[in-house]
Amino acid sequence: MDYFWELFFSGLTRGSIYALIALGYTMVYGIIELINFAHGEIYMIGAFVGLTVAGVLTSFGFPAMSIMVLASMAAIVYAAAYGYTLEKIAYRPLRSAPRLSPLISAIGMSIFLQNYVMLAQTSDFISFPSLTPEFAFLDKYSSTIGTSDFLIIVVAAIMMVALTLFIKFTRMGKAMRATAQNRKMAMLVGVNVDQVISVTFIVGSSLAAVGGVLIASHIGQINFFIGFIAGIKAFTAAVLGGIGSVPGAMLGGLILGWTESFCTGYVSSDYEDVFAFALLVIILIFRPSGLLGKAPIQKV
Amino acid sequence: MKRSLLALACVMMLTIGLVGCSEEKKTDAPAKQETSEKAAPASTGKIILGVAGAHSGDLASYGLPTVEAAKLVAAAVNAAGGINGAQVEILTEDDQCKPEFATNAAFKLVSDKANIVLGHICSGATKAALPIYKESNLVCMSPSATNPPLTQSGDYPNFFRTIASDDAQAALATDFAMDTLGLKTIAIIHDKGDYGKGFAGFAKKYIEEGTKAKVILFEGVTPGAVDYSAVVQKIKGSGADGVIYGGYHPEASKIITQLRKKKIMIPFISDDGVKDQTFINVAGKSAEGVYATGPRDITANPMYKVAMEQFKASHDGEPGAFFFEAYSAAQALLKAVEHAGSTDYDKIVYALRNEEVETPVGKIKFDSKGDAIGVGFSMYQVKDGKYVEVK
Repeated sequence: MDYFWELFFSGLTRGSIYALIALGYTMVYGIIELINFAHGEIYMIGAFVGLTVAGVLTSFGFPAMSIMVLASMAAIVYAAAYGYTLEKIAYRPLRSAPRLSPLISAIGMSIFLQNYVMLAQTSDFISFPSLTPEFAFLDKYSSTIGTSDFLIIVVAAIMMVALTLFIKFTRMGKAMRATAQNRKMAMLVGVNVDQVISVTFIVGSSLAAVGGVLIASHIGQINFFIGFIAGIKAFTAAVLGGIGSVPGAMLGGLILGWTESFCTGYVSSDYEDVFAFALLVIILIFRPSGLLGKAPIQKV
Repeated sequence: MKRSLLALACVMMLTIGLVGCSEEKKTDAPAKQETSEKAAPASTGKIILGVAGAHSGDLASYGLPTVEAAKLVAAAVNAAGGINGAQVEILTEDDQCKPEFATNAAFKLVSDKANIVLGHICSGATKAALPIYKESNLVCMSPSATNPPLTQSGDYPNFFRTIASDDAQAALATDFAMDTLGLKTIAIIHDKGDYGKGFAGFAKKYIEEGTKAKVILFEGVTPGAVDYSAVVQKIKGSGADGVIYGGYHPEASKIITQLRKKKIMIPFISDDGVKDQTFINVAGKSAEGVYATGPRDITANPMYKVAMEQFKASHDGEPGAFFFEAYSAAQALLKAVEHAGSTDYDKIVYALRNEEVETPVGKIKFDSKGDAIGVGFSMYQVKDGKYVEVK
């Protein structure tokens, strides 16, 4: 049974990261029906900013916990700026263009950002310091759940609750929901749609940046390419849960994490991706709009 | 119509040419008896050292250093009075690393009564030529053919090599794991790539052939995955007391970091894809104590310096690919003839397997399959942020 719980938590850790990144995909899709393929790179940039800040702060001798917090905050600021600029220069000019154009633009931005970071930093893997503080109460369970796993799960949970509250109870959240429902109508009733879209990108990028810092500290290394695979997995999670649905992205992330983890544990890690994507296909066959997605109403 | 007739005629002519050639070759076969008869005391004549390999074509850069090495060794031996009074003569044959040319080259060497053969260079060409040497009782030693079955299949008792085969790393890693570390249950992880999975597959094979340990986990991981904690849990759950990893350093550093974070302190053994300073830089403290196989450092060997000086005395630049392996092979062959006291096949083989020779790649003799003992890879361990050879 221990083994089961170990896999459960390992899947939960992975799934939380997927969920954090998937939220960015799903929110952007919900509002402007664009799949922001450069989102994985935002996550990667967040990790790199975290590394830089952590390096500077470590040399000043800050304690691990405060480095973690400050690095995450710096990553959030930077990634948010990147997300905002990305939308401004790559998507906004194309908003009334055919749907394929912003998609291509997104892929272009993804490749651009990858290569930009590769040239500015290095193509090698870089070591990332472990910023997780040691929790004394976890020692008893250290074989089942590590401290960095615990931190990832807790932080991801807090971020997701905060996001849900933000969308449910704030003015901006209301505006976002209105825009998602019908952009033209929202505009007519006085919602500043451009602002809403910018905020969506900022929030999504911030979540991804926190995910980036957490996972980099968890596995201890980063390079310019980490955003690609994480992005694909998170996108899968978003589709699995129903793209456009915020709780769907969380659920999709967790389900994907658990599928991979249990499949590795009970079958073989050779088939990790096979099972993950087979699950996606099966769910899409029975629920084409994903687990919590709403089927679009076709007006004739 | 006329043109196709012409084409047909051409094809027929070519065919006849080929048939003619191969018939000619067949007449060489009786040379076999001659070679055995020739096992008279060598003091009366000369020793012919055949050198076969790619001496032209796009792979010539792999073959020409071998010729150079053979010439240098032969010159040194002749200057010292030859072998038991006989002078060494070199006979080169070009195969361009192509199997079909390799058989021609082999027939040529046999018919020209070569006593021993240094070559061939490429594994494919070597494999094509070996049956011919075998039939003619000729010893053949390659400086560069690394394909494992050449020695391990047992098909070619006349074949030897002075380079470690592709699987030697796995053999070293498994021997080290079982004998030195005394591991009983081993988890083998790889990155699903050709190199990593090949290494892991050989490791699995060697462990299963023995009885000292067993493989309780054999699995691939996805390079670039977000984390490997599930695999790490699985390693732990399997109760393995050691991990052998086949692949490159980015995945290895992730796995080792997660293992150590979960406080799983079992030994971690890997290949020369991991024996890289980047691995230590990235994995940091977790890298301490990790074992990895890597090419042996030969620059400290006394014969290495001698060979290098000989080369520098007459050439500019660097010796080129497989020069030292070829130099060692030429030395081993000629020394074996000297020990054998004749060019008799059985005596040469016996000498190769039992008499140690000081060569640039170290003090070597050959195992029963034909691989040089003591050549190739060493085990390294990370100590204080550096790979240190395990003695």
